[in-house]
Amino acid sequence: MSETHAQSTAFVRDTMLPQMEPPNQQSGAVKWLRENLFAGWFNTVLTLLGLAVVYWLVTHFYPWFRHGVWSANSMAECRTIIAERWGEGASGACWAVINERWHQFLFGFYPPELYWRPIAVFLGLFLAVAPVLFTQLPRQMLIFSLAFPLLAIWLLWGGSVWPIAMIAVGFGLGFALIKTLGGQSVLLGMAAGIVVPVLFWLYAVGPIDAVLTQALPIGLEPVASDRFGGFLLAITIGAGGIALSLPLGIILALGRQSDMFLIKSFSVMFIEFIRGVPLITLLFVASLLLNYFLPPGTNFDIILRVMILVTLFAAAYIAEVIRGGLAALPRGQYEAADALGLDYWRAQRLIILPQALKISIPGIVSTFIGMFKDTTLVTFVGLFDPLKGIPDFIRADFAWKGTYWEHFIFVGAIFFILNFSMSRYAMYLERKLKRDHR
Amino acid sequence: MTSATDAPDRGFRLSQLIYDTRYRSLTIQIFVFCIVMAGAAWLVDNTIQNLNQLGKDFNFSFLSNRAGYDIGQQLIPYTNDNTHARAMLVGLINTLWVSILGCAAATVLGVIIGVLRLSKNWLVGRLMTAYVEMFRNIPVLLWILVCIALLTEATPGPNAYKINPATGEAGASMILFDSVAFTNRYTAIPAVQFERSLGAIDTALMPISLNFLALALALIGSIWVNRRLVAGANRVQEATGVRPVTWWKSLLILFVPVLAVFVALGGHLVAPTLKGFNFTGGTNVSNAFVALWAGLTLYTAAFIAEIVRAGILAISKGQTEAAFALGLRPNRTMRLVILPQALRVIVPPLISQYLNLTKNSSLAIAVGYMDLRGTLGGITLNQTGRELEAILLMMLIYLAISLTISGLMNVFNSRVKLKER
Repeated sequence: MSETHAQSTAFVRDTMLPQMEPPNQQSGAVKWLRENLFAGWFNTVLTLLGLAVVYWLVTHFYPWFRHGVWSANSMAECRTIIAERWGEGASGACWAVINERWHQFLFGFYPPELYWRPIAVFLGLFLAVAPVLFTQLPRQMLIFSLAFPLLAIWLLWGGSVWPIAMIAVGFGLGFALIKTLGGQSVLLGMAAGIVVPVLFWLYAVGPIDAVLTQALPIGLEPVASDRFGGFLLAITIGAGGIALSLPLGIILALGRQSDMFLIKSFSVMFIEFIRGVPLITLLFVASLLLNYFLPPGTNFDIILRVMILVTLFAAAYIAEVIRGGLAALPRGQYEAADALGLDYWRAQRLIILPQALKISIPGIVSTFIGMFKDTTLVTFVGLFDPLKGIPDFIRADFAWKGTYWEHFIFVGAIFFILNFSMSRYAMYLERKLKRDHR
Repeated sequence: MTSATDAPDRGFRLSQLIYDTRYRSLTIQIFVFCIVMAGAAWLVDNTIQNLNQLGKDFNFSFLSNRAGYDIGQQLIPYTNDNTHARAMLVGLINTLWVSILGCAAATVLGVIIGVLRLSKNWLVGRLMTAYVEMFRNIPVLLWILVCIALLTEATPGPNAYKINPATGEAGASMILFDSVAFTNRYTAIPAVQFERSLGAIDTALMPISLNFLALALALIGSIWVNRRLVAGANRVQEATGVRPVTWWKSLLILFVPVLAVFVALGGHLVAPTLKGFNFTGGTNVSNAFVALWAGLTLYTAAFIAEIVRAGILAISKGQTEAAFALGLRPNRTMRLVILPQALRVIVPPLISQYLNLTKNSSLAIAVGYMDLRGTLGGITLNQTGRELEAILLMMLIYLAISLTISGLMNVFNSRVKLKER
């Protein structure tokens, strides 16, 4: 035994080590520094490199920020002020361009006297999303969430209130029919709930609308789509796209999980096609091809066209997120729902989807962040996004020719704040929803 | 199913199509199929009507017409006398080229950042977190625009590199031992030249350089020999329990033949030099390409860093401890225990990031790089007025690229999947 031991190990200690003094106690800043910044030579090198990077960044960019000018009427004036204050050759930021044009970054060319409308919609958005995001809030608030999209459309684009009200009435009609007839036969309820509102919108809305507009002309000043721009446009397209894509995404996810071959293949084909092409090509479809696919003579708003394609795009991604949620549910939940005798839709509505959607919310939020970043691509179909469209427009003004970094920093900071807070929320939610049933 | 056998057989009734679970799924499928087909027919019918109204037809013969426009960056020979199809191919190759280089650079940068973010060093960890959060939360378009603005606004013209005879100094200096020069029109980098060149084979598609072919063959050969060496070492280890030392043999086998071929061909790097107003000798890479590549790389690296970090964190500490308990050194623990498991977590999202980068490369439109969208979906579309054909073709090509990559991913996934039960 001892022989094999001696072969396989190089060294075995057989005497006790002499006793030593206990090491000096370390605490406070020195200990922290030694453990976190200077543990070993490699760590020290890393720290020094990091310090060098920070030093380089600060020395290169801090003067530029410090020399910044906040009030001037043109880039040339900025330059003279900087040269006066900091000496010839000093470079500095010309924040005056942001100071003068910040409203265009936020609202595009929306009429200034009507800014209260987008602001109201933006605040309402929080109120509408709050009950979905925070379960502690009273459930009655969801009624406002349901009504909010139509309210937002009316506030943003203005015009008469009656067409919007008629759309709402149609939804109410369908819901009431499903509730009353669905008790007798689910199929009859569904059919009536879809057919009657569609007939109502197609044939009844026109005359009723005309009469009501004559009798009670309530409306807001209309704002055309080409006045939209900046973050107003980005948030409208992003939030609208996600809100519209959720129902479609749920249906696609259920279709992809379905046992029925044809439904499954249609869902897979749609999802894979959309996920396989860049958003930019879909935006070109919106701007160039959509008119080919619709009946001759149809021509509608570019924002709406973009929104349709963005919705389809987002739906494919949302469907994959929700499919992950559906797959994460234990098989027992499906079997338990079947054992209770629930039919497919009841099982989905009462057992499966509430749990699957809850698991998917972090994924949906990150899809939304991606969507919101991607809305900047609408600049390539001629819309004024805050990243390229608006700065290019401002630079076309001779006074602000040559301002680059100010735009990037301002717009980048807003994107960062919005997206960073959303991703933090998603992380908070992930922690909260993490229930390890073990 | 027992109740089905108990029910009296009353023959087939029409209501069974809805109420009997045996037939219902068929009913629903046929119903959905009819609706989808009707929708498709409606779209096709509208398209035909619209095309008729405009007096257009649907055919792809425009692809064989003369293109008549120039492309800045061409990896295969192309002149404006070539066809639109050839222009499309040049664009496709440009798309793939920037995607491949972007994926490679983003992987290297992302892995470094992801690993450094896990480091115990407080300062470095914070810096890397700041990098990741900054690049992840701001649209990639902004980073591409920042890169192109940096290259065109903050760099000097080529003639600034000229030595001023009065002062004996140049306005700007090249970096990396006088081999790279950033100018406001292009970036000049060194080029590889062969003194004893083997020439090239001319194929219809593109000329294939025999020099690079020889280098590639040497590399493939040495990789094959190296695999045999490692397999031999594995056999010895399994038979005797002692692993022969192979690392220096591997290094020799991998590098010596390639270097030998390179030297035999008289290969050397030629640094760009300023002649007149422009750099010559090296390769002048357009700023559009550099900006697109840098923007995509910086942005995607942030995502890859997160994937790498998550993959390493996903391996429970017990695995490391078990490996240490078995007496493995940290180096081997990483190579034999942690990495194989972490890769299973890392690779699928990594490949979907590659896919994203490839799709994002269509943002070339922002800098004017002539990729697939710039040629087929840009100038060809505008010149021929065939938006329907051009955009459909472009989408199909992107789709084919995506499906190929995700197909490869599925193969990988099924290979490394844990064999359970």
